[in-house]
Amino acid sequence: MFTRILIANRGEIACRIIRSCRRLGIHSVAVYSEADARARHVRLADEAFCIGPAASRESYLRADRIIEAARAAGAQAIHPGYGFLSENEAFAEACAAAGIVFIGPPVAAIRAMGSKSAAKSLMEKAGVPLVPGYHGDEQSPAFLRAQAEGIGYPVLIKAAAGGGGKGMRVVERSADFDAALASCQREASASFGDQHVLIEKYLTSPRHIEIQVFGDTHGEVIHLNERDCSAQRRHQKVVEEAPAPGMDPARRAAMGKAACDAARAVGYVGAGTVEFIVDADGSFYFMEMNTRLQVEHPVTEMITGLDLVEWQLRIASGERLPLAQDEVPLRGHSIEVRVYAEEPEKDFLPSIGTLVHFSPPTESSALRIDTGVEQGDAISPYYDPMIAKLIVHDDTRERAIERLLAALRSFRIVGVGNNLGFLARLVDHPVFRAGEVDTGLIARESERLLKPSATVPDAVFIAAALRIVTGDAIRLISDANASSDPRSPWAATDGWRLNGALERQLEFRHGGEDRRVSVTRRGKGWLIDGAAVQVESDDADGIRCRIGDRTASYFAIPFGERMHVFDGSAHYALDVIDRLAHAGEDDHAQGGLVAAMPGRIIALLAEPGVTVDKGAPLLVMEAMKMEYTVRAPAKGIVKGFHYQVGDQVTDGATLVDFEAAA
Amino acid sequence: MHGSTVQGATMTAITSNIDPRDPAFQANAAQLRTAVEDLDAQMARVALGGGEKARAKHTERGKLLPRERIRALLDPGSPFLELSPLAAHGLYDDAAPCAGLVTGIGRVHGQEVLVVANDATVKGGTYFPMTVKKHLRAQEIALENRLPCVYLVDSGGAFLPLQDEVFPDKEHFGRIFYNQARMSSLGIAQIAVVMGSCTAGGAYVPAMSDETIIVREQGTIFLGGPPLVKAATGEVVDAESLGGADVHTSVSGVADHFAEDDAHALAIARDVVSNLNRVKRMPLALATPREPLYPASDLYGIVPRDTRMPFDIREIIARIVDGSDFDEFKARYAKTLVTGFAHIHGYPVGIVANNGILFAESALKGAHFIELCNQRDIPLVFLQNITGFMVGRKYENAGIAKDGAKMVTAVACSHVPKFTVVTGGSFGAGNYAMCGRAYGARFLWMWPNARISVMGGEQAASVLATVRRDGLETSGKTWSTDEENAFKAPIRDQYEAQGHPYYASARLWDDGVIDPADTRRVLGLGISAALNAPIERGRFGVFRM
Repeated sequence: MFTRILIANRGEIACRIIRSCRRLGIHSVAVYSEADARARHVRLADEAFCIGPAASRESYLRADRIIEAARAAGAQAIHPGYGFLSENEAFAEACAAAGIVFIGPPVAAIRAMGSKSAAKSLMEKAGVPLVPGYHGDEQSPAFLRAQAEGIGYPVLIKAAAGGGGKGMRVVERSADFDAALASCQREASASFGDQHVLIEKYLTSPRHIEIQVFGDTHGEVIHLNERDCSAQRRHQKVVEEAPAPGMDPARRAAMGKAACDAARAVGYVGAGTVEFIVDADGSFYFMEMNTRLQVEHPVTEMITGLDLVEWQLRIASGERLPLAQDEVPLRGHSIEVRVYAEEPEKDFLPSIGTLVHFSPPTESSALRIDTGVEQGDAISPYYDPMIAKLIVHDDTRERAIERLLAALRSFRIVGVGNNLGFLARLVDHPVFRAGEVDTGLIARESERLLKPSATVPDAVFIAAALRIVTGDAIRLISDANASSDPRSPWAATDGWRLNGALERQLEFRHGGEDRRVSVTRRGKGWLIDGAAVQVESDDADGIRCRIGDRTASYFAIPFGERMHVFDGSAHYALDVIDRLAHAGEDDHAQGGLVAAMPGRIIALLAEPGVTVDKGAPLLVMEAMKMEYTVRAPAKGIVKGFHYQVGDQVTDGATLVDFEAAA
Repeated sequence: MHGSTVQGATMTAITSNIDPRDPAFQANAAQLRTAVEDLDAQMARVALGGGEKARAKHTERGKLLPRERIRALLDPGSPFLELSPLAAHGLYDDAAPCAGLVTGIGRVHGQEVLVVANDATVKGGTYFPMTVKKHLRAQEIALENRLPCVYLVDSGGAFLPLQDEVFPDKEHFGRIFYNQARMSSLGIAQIAVVMGSCTAGGAYVPAMSDETIIVREQGTIFLGGPPLVKAATGEVVDAESLGGADVHTSVSGVADHFAEDDAHALAIARDVVSNLNRVKRMPLALATPREPLYPASDLYGIVPRDTRMPFDIREIIARIVDGSDFDEFKARYAKTLVTGFAHIHGYPVGIVANNGILFAESALKGAHFIELCNQRDIPLVFLQNITGFMVGRKYENAGIAKDGAKMVTAVACSHVPKFTVVTGGSFGAGNYAMCGRAYGARFLWMWPNARISVMGGEQAASVLATVRRDGLETSGKTWSTDEENAFKAPIRDQYEAQGHPYYASARLWDDGVIDPADTRRVLGLGISAALNAPIERGRFGVFRM
């Protein structure tokens, strides 16, 4: 067994590998880019090497620097994690050349599975089922049509050189075939300069089921059961579970055998995943093999009680597989969700920023969090925007779903957009609950899955209001403490007035609706919208308060112009409408679009008609041997410029027609 | 900068002897609570300014109401000590609630500032005589306590029908600008936020200020408005181009900051205050504030229904001072005047409180104690409940007038800040010795049960009746008891009406009528505000021996 290994990765997977190293007493060596200098994986590792700038191709993809670091650290092996160099033959070869063990399959296996078409023909020879189809050179319409009839409708006609959905046609019945073929060939020809097409069986509601396999250097290959990864958004796995809903032992054995056959066919060693596409009738077809540890490996660990990283290390150091096929456990049900920094309601646009608040649910034997970040860390634009993986385990799928929902609802993230609410709605969806997910579910149900709850409970507004007034109070007290008169009654925070306490009106907006909340200090508590509110505690565990006769805890976290409230069952982002704050903090904005002195226009920087942000440079003028930039006073549109580059302008001349966005 | 904290000092807590189950206590409480409820109702009414229609018209123009403006100006959630909210109460057919002007003290960026806000919903924010008096009193408070002034200007100038009572005299409209100049010369910041009209004389409020903010399309500043310009020169001009925000911030320089709206203007005003570079130097040894041992709500039952009924003023002191601790001075001597040291919200104070009428020795004790406090720079708190000095041959012959004069001299010449609360009667020369309005208290408040007049209504009626009877009898006429009672009744009524705290507050004889339960807080705020001015040593006048 190794005593020192280097982990050529970052984020949650690097942290997860370090966790196993810790347990096994193996010295862990991390590598990091300049952007990750304070990242969690660097903090957790026994030692760490900086391998270059933020961009992956200059750091995490630099095989030479990683091997150099491994040498310097005296590492016996390199674990590549997933992504980056994990399936890179050249890197595996370079490791071997440097006398360092690459923790992964042999180079030949990587190469064999690296090319999809080559892999398929290899699999065909090994007797692994493939999606029925024709991939040959004969392209006459009559021949292709005969192939389609043989496969059985519906079929898919694809441009052989295609990609990205271009040159693809689904044909439902024989009568439509010729027209579809002609149109597909035209498009293929136009788009790729090659009108070759291939014909495949079209699966109407396909599921994605994959088998975890392991091979050792002694020729043994076993599988560790399946994972169902059918919940996908644009081919991106979102939820993974094991075992697959509706799976029976016979089919598991059949798929397992096919997967092991596939692995054997390429002389596979180590952890690998054979992905199948499964039709509604249960027939399964080989898609591809991933020659590395998968993101979703924890669900397999949860149902088998095994540590797959430990297995990888043992096998890479030459040990035999620890279990025989019939010894592989399968207990209960596990589900994993991937928590991403993204804005589901903005077409899942990645979100970057700082995790102002990051509080995952508490880990236990039934709940696991794999993450590479902590509160205060940044989600940068350089790498994958995954924040964490949340994995649960329970006796049954139903109970695992409930456990997962509870965990999602108590997971709190503020600072970057995230898909927690989306995931909760997805897992709670009747189709998911019924175990009937196919790869098209998310796209079909996107409206329902993206729609946040319409009504905000009153208590959420109360918690938001409390956070604002207590925040104000804390500021008043800290200001007072810094003064020469720290205990002055002027430092009171109760809004005292001669004629009773001040009634403050706070305003929030949610889902396009405004909500006013009135807050008055009442003794040691508050009167909020007519409800008596007592704060019982206010600390890292949130605000625990009694509203009327109900006591509950809330988290209200201000970020930007929003108040994020978590009530234990949902997350609400309320816009805080501060009528004082709207005030242009920049009171020079007025008149900024006129020339401050006579001068010459030297550049026009904005495109008329295009929306620009506040502060965006619009034009540059030169006067008195100095350059002046005229900036957008607000978000808005330049309707036109009054001058051209080179024009002389007089003092006070209006330079830009600007229309602020409403 | 922090004052040292008095620690480990042993003070004596007052032991209260009240019985809340006593029917008299409960009857007292019921009566005073009723008076406080009425006070609250009056204040709630005047807080609405010029009424629903005027308020709606005001807000429709995108303007904030004066109390909203103040709320937006002050630190969120911080207190506001409003001054004389009942000014002009019962005057001008009650057409000028709050005298059309909201004044008070509040905190901006942790500093106490004095706010003067016109209420344009009350006759366009024009100045009635009591408006002028209230404005000048607010400025006096700012001057004495060195508080930066923020004027939230929205006024049409003098109320023309009463121009003779507003314009020409020394303590009239012009004094406002005189005060601004004088305060500015003393380094007391003058900040104006022009949120409406500033016409004619009113134009000088922003013009005389150190720093001025003006709101776009709301604020105007001009010596003569468009109608006057047209009449005088024939020039036709609209208000905005005559003296609007754009003109004044970009062309004339009359104002310094251009604000988009009220909220923006107030945000700028806060920034201006944050740049004043003021330091509040603490001249007192502070103690840790402690709540009194007894609840303030007891005060309602302690104060007798009838002002002539005696009660122990220590019961009130016990409900105002920190920990109810009171170190009495000369406790065994001249017991009708209670003097001693205590703390209010951690500030050391010397308390001078009536416990009966003033005798010569009471006055001597008072003068002695006031000198002590001046010697030690300890602020003085007067709790007034005084029917007057003792009268009669024995006392006059013993020279009570010169002993009274010693106390009046001591009060008048005190250099420490003085605070007066009228908790009961305030009659005759007792008012002077106990730091009545004329004696320069930094703040003077009245309880709703208090009465103030040169003498009690009954005494006045009797004095006048005696003079009348003497006159009638000299000319040989007779005067029946019924006739005498009929003569006395309207005098009693007049004294009762004029001695009422609302009557007093309407005329700015005080800085407000307060709920007795708020006394501790109000005093604490007043003392803290007063500490913005340094305590400067002075001299006493000649004490007649």
